[in-house]
Amino acid sequence: MLHLTLFLIFGAICVAGAVNLLVQRHPINSALSLVVVMGSLAGEYLLLGAEFVAAIQVIIYAGAIMVLFVFVIMLLNAGEEERAGGSRVALLLGVPGMTIGSLLMAWVLLERSGTQSVMMGALPGPPKIIGWLLFHDFLLPFEVTSVLVLIAIMGAVVLASHPEPSQPRKKVD
Amino acid sequence: MVPLSYYLILSGVLFACGVVGFLIKRNIITIFISIELMLNGVNLSFVAFAAQWHALSGQVFVFFVMVVAAAEAAVGLAIIIALYRTRDTLNVDRVNLLKL
Amino acid sequence: MLSIETFVVVSVIKIVIALFVLLTAVAYTVWLERKVVGHIQNRWGPTRVGPFGLLQPLADGIKFIFKEDLTPPHVYKPLYIAAPMIALICALTSIAVIPIGNWVTIGGVHTPLQITDLNIGLLIILGITSLGVYGVALAGWSSNSKYSLLGGLRASAQMVSYEVSLGLSLIGVLIVAGSFSLRDIVDGQGGHFWGFIPKWNIFYGGQFVAFFIYLISAYAETNRVPFDLPEAESELVAGYHTEYSAMKFAMFFMAEYANMITVACVASLLFLGGWHGPVFGPPILQAILPVFWFVLRVFGFLFVYIWVRGTLPRFRYDQLMAFGWKFLLPLAIANLVITALVVAWRA
Repeated sequence: MLHLTLFLIFGAICVAGAVNLLVQRHPINSALSLVVVMGSLAGEYLLLGAEFVAAIQVIIYAGAIMVLFVFVIMLLNAGEEERAGGSRVALLLGVPGMTIGSLLMAWVLLERSGTQSVMMGALPGPPKIIGWLLFHDFLLPFEVTSVLVLIAIMGAVVLASHPEPSQPRKKVD
Repeated sequence: MVPLSYYLILSGVLFACGVVGFLIKRNIITIFISIELMLNGVNLSFVAFAAQWHALSGQVFVFFVMVVAAAEAAVGLAIIIALYRTRDTLNVDRVNLLKL
Repeated sequence: MLSIETFVVVSVIKIVIALFVLLTAVAYTVWLERKVVGHIQNRWGPTRVGPFGLLQPLADGIKFIFKEDLTPPHVYKPLYIAAPMIALICALTSIAVIPIGNWVTIGGVHTPLQITDLNIGLLIILGITSLGVYGVALAGWSSNSKYSLLGGLRASAQMVSYEVSLGLSLIGVLIVAGSFSLRDIVDGQGGHFWGFIPKWNIFYGGQFVAFFIYLISAYAETNRVPFDLPEAESELVAGYHTEYSAMKFAMFFMAEYANMITVACVASLLFLGGWHGPVFGPPILQAILPVFWFVLRVFGFLFVYIWVRGTLPRFRYDQLMAFGWKFLLPLAIANLVITALVVAWRA
């Protein structure tokens, strides 16, 4: 019962944040809604017992990646987005199609996935065991992603640096 | 006790919100934010399945998703900055020329 | 095990006491800073209110409450109001996992001197402090003024950069201790080696370099001199809190000092042996002495903070970034690799 209540509270915050992300017109509001979604998702992870994932979710996702987004929004001083005129095809086909699709998916998940349910804290993920798995069973993917990050950093530096070499400063007489 | 399907539905809703944001938003930063939302939705289903099958590899995979998201954010935001420098706009509809 | 009612009552009491002590400590850290910096600059500091100016924090508090709370017309209101709250909440929350002493028994209840002991305590502190960036960044952005924006930009870039070396410097300690729980880390530092040197991580764990990396990055994380570029008063007026007044300004002020105290607590727990020290005398003294040793360490750390503020000039921004990425980060990684090798060789 406690599990269900907490699940519903965190889930409601999640969905509210996600919908707010869509409704808001200013990118900084969207970014902060996503931070709220990430925070409550960390709560959901804790409910499932994944303590390390929850902590890393807050530190890396909410505390580093989203700060980068906010930083860029501040740097470029992005204003409210311009609305494009909605397309009629999207309204006629997209909205009913989306509704039918999601209802179908919900029905399949509720009816066909059997009566399996998860306990609160079902699978504790202590840092020690996660680390052991990362450095034994998943060593190759781990190294590959580290190379990926290295390439990404170099790419970011190349892209964001000024295209032409900056001109020598004029001396003030 | 919470049925596994509840977690999957929540993850599906988050993913769908991400898809909708990706399609209807015109600001390139918000589009990136929608992609992050989709990744988050997927992560939830990974952790839920890990708890269901008592396999920690599901939780380990979340870390890989996070690393890829971080790499994507770094490169993507650098592209956005470069784009803003040359085009002076963040609206994706205005970025429709291959050459200035 | 405690019954659920006792648990709730004990927790609420501990939370109230911890908050009260923390806020008082924040107020008196401000007093200490004004006094010490005053003496460094050959002045007296506050002297008028109470003996040695000891009631000055109270007077400041009353002044902040009664000042007019101005909201400039050009700000983005929701975030302008939310930003100081985010900053203060993030600064105050992390005290929840910090232990200040051993287990004690009061009135038949056996409880640790800590609000809650989590097995990922250190990660919680890192997570909450990493969220604290939003308070500063959003304050800078929502104020809609050039000084605030520059301050906010500087703060977010600086805090994200130094968070990396801060985290890496802590990993050395984690390798030596083998746990994220702050209580376990402190328990591992009891006793002496070679007869007299205490087994603190800074000596026995060989985390001497890591301690200084932590010290420097912590100064940058809390926006203190010599890294106080986000609020550099001689170039940015007051940086991200230029447009704030009265209680909202006071919230930023309190958040900064609460962060300093948290940083000092973490440094004492991780590097300086927490509450370990000579314990003697009757049972009541034995319960109090560990807390005293811990508070003494925190006080010493805060004193160094203030000392540095009175001594060093401010960095230039490019120097700050170059120092963080080109010197501290490689040093932290080298420390990490060497610690790992030594631990693996010992095992």
